[in-house]
Amino acid sequence: MNGHDGHGCCGGPPAPASPAMPPVDMAHVTLRIGDRIILSDVGLTVPAGAFVGMLGPNGAGKSSLIRAILGVVPVAAGRISVFGRPVGRGNHDIGYLPQFPARSAPRLDGRSFIAAALHGERWGLPCDWRPGRHRRHDAMEIDRVLDLVGAMHLARRPIDHLSGGERQRLLLAQALLGRPRLLLLDEPLASLDPHRAREVVALVDTIRRQLGIAVLFSTHDLNPLLGVMDRVLYVGRGAARLGTVDEVVTGPVLSALYGMPVEVIRANGRIFVVADGVVQS
Amino acid sequence: MFAFEFMRHAFAATGIVAILSGLVGYFMVLRGESFAGHALSHVGFAGATGALLVGMPPFWGLMGATVLAGVAMGLGGRGTTQGRDVTIGLVLSCMLGCGLLFLHFLTTSATRATALLFGNVLGVDRSMLGWLLVLGVGCVLAMAALSRPLLFASLQPETAEARGVKLRMVSTIFLAIVAVVTAECVQITGVLLVFALMVGPAATAQRLTATPGWGIVLSVLFAIGAGWGGLALSWWTDCPASFWISALSTGFYLAVGTWRFTGGRESTDET
Repeated sequence: MNGHDGHGCCGGPPAPASPAMPPVDMAHVTLRIGDRIILSDVGLTVPAGAFVGMLGPNGAGKSSLIRAILGVVPVAAGRISVFGRPVGRGNHDIGYLPQFPARSAPRLDGRSFIAAALHGERWGLPCDWRPGRHRRHDAMEIDRVLDLVGAMHLARRPIDHLSGGERQRLLLAQALLGRPRLLLLDEPLASLDPHRAREVVALVDTIRRQLGIAVLFSTHDLNPLLGVMDRVLYVGRGAARLGTVDEVVTGPVLSALYGMPVEVIRANGRIFVVADGVVQS
Repeated sequence: MFAFEFMRHAFAATGIVAILSGLVGYFMVLRGESFAGHALSHVGFAGATGALLVGMPPFWGLMGATVLAGVAMGLGGRGTTQGRDVTIGLVLSCMLGCGLLFLHFLTTSATRATALLFGNVLGVDRSMLGWLLVLGVGCVLAMAALSRPLLFASLQPETAEARGVKLRMVSTIFLAIVAVVTAECVQITGVLLVFALMVGPAATAQRLTATPGWGIVLSVLFAIGAGWGGLALSWWTDCPASFWISALSTGFYLAVGTWRFTGGRESTDET
């Protein structure tokens, strides 16, 4: 891998932030959506190269936290920094896979879909319509991310003919454009069967190790991530707790986060979180 | 048929408008905003008849109304007009009603109303042709600057927003362009048939190809085919050009659909 010189076709990237800085550092962060408090005075640090699984009850604000790290949702108080720099939209250190959209898939092939995201924030003609050297440079970047996720064979097929797992692969490829150093993946396992879910998790982990990047992976079921993630981030009722699975996924910690008695049951290498008699994951 | 100046003007005007409609229509269909153009043309009808009422040229009343409405739609939306069919439908019928009221006060001949509603391509004069060209070139240049963020925002709005694309601004500029193209299109097909040039060719193209580049090329070619083919057929059959344009546009769409369904190139394994 040739480091961070490949930010793209269309001009130099901003000076890369110091590699020694943590991927995500939050200090006294309060996050509010409308009058709902998502996080209140939360401090945590995601270590370099970590695979962090983010869990929490539905509506706890996992997506909002991801969007705050992207700089799309402003923080009400406190400070979030990404590789030592304050958050802001258009941060090329971050790759983002949004929650699976409800709208219908467009009638485009996978390659065009990814090409649209390559420097899509700039004015002008789409990248793959430009002549000569730039076009070859862009084509190489698209080939690189398709190859990373093993989706070369999907590149020429229309997206509306692909399965959910295949589409997630393409979205993951799109998130890897421009060589980000932090991946924010918002519910990439939603609507996938357990077998496909395991495949996606293994793929993300392989890419993380290969590129040495950090991953923040939100999910409503922690079991597919067991054995792969080295940190878990639980979000609930305005609080957040980051630690190893053994530290965080325990009855007392989760009871405090959920605000009700929670039991954690381990069986056959799987973990079941039982809150108020209902199995959560 | 090219011996007559009005036919030469008609072919030139239709060519300009077809190129624009094919280009802009491709993005409208991709964004699921097909009805935006339809609604804008109805707003334009009220603008055109209102302009006639106060003694102004109807084209500028039309243009002013569509652009105002387009910008309002863009600013009022969340960066996309998907899922707003009820609002659009209500505005559409209300504006058609206003246009009818203005016509009632005008008490002019019914040909004016028919020309607005169904187009009057044979009535395009030299100065109108000039305006169509100038505005058309402006729209193509604006699309050249906007196309990259527009494509990104249309396909992946969440990611585009995170990368710093201003969704609302992109959507508003695009709808303003759609408004200008709609006003131009009304000169050819009339208020009621703008779908024929703006949506039909683009939808046909998207059935045939899965890349935006070829999609836009095919969309423009289908629009020119429908426009010029419609003019020629109207010359030979003495039927209204707008009829033939809409018939060809629909015909292309159905023919491509049938071809694919009967096992043309691509399998139709939609789930």
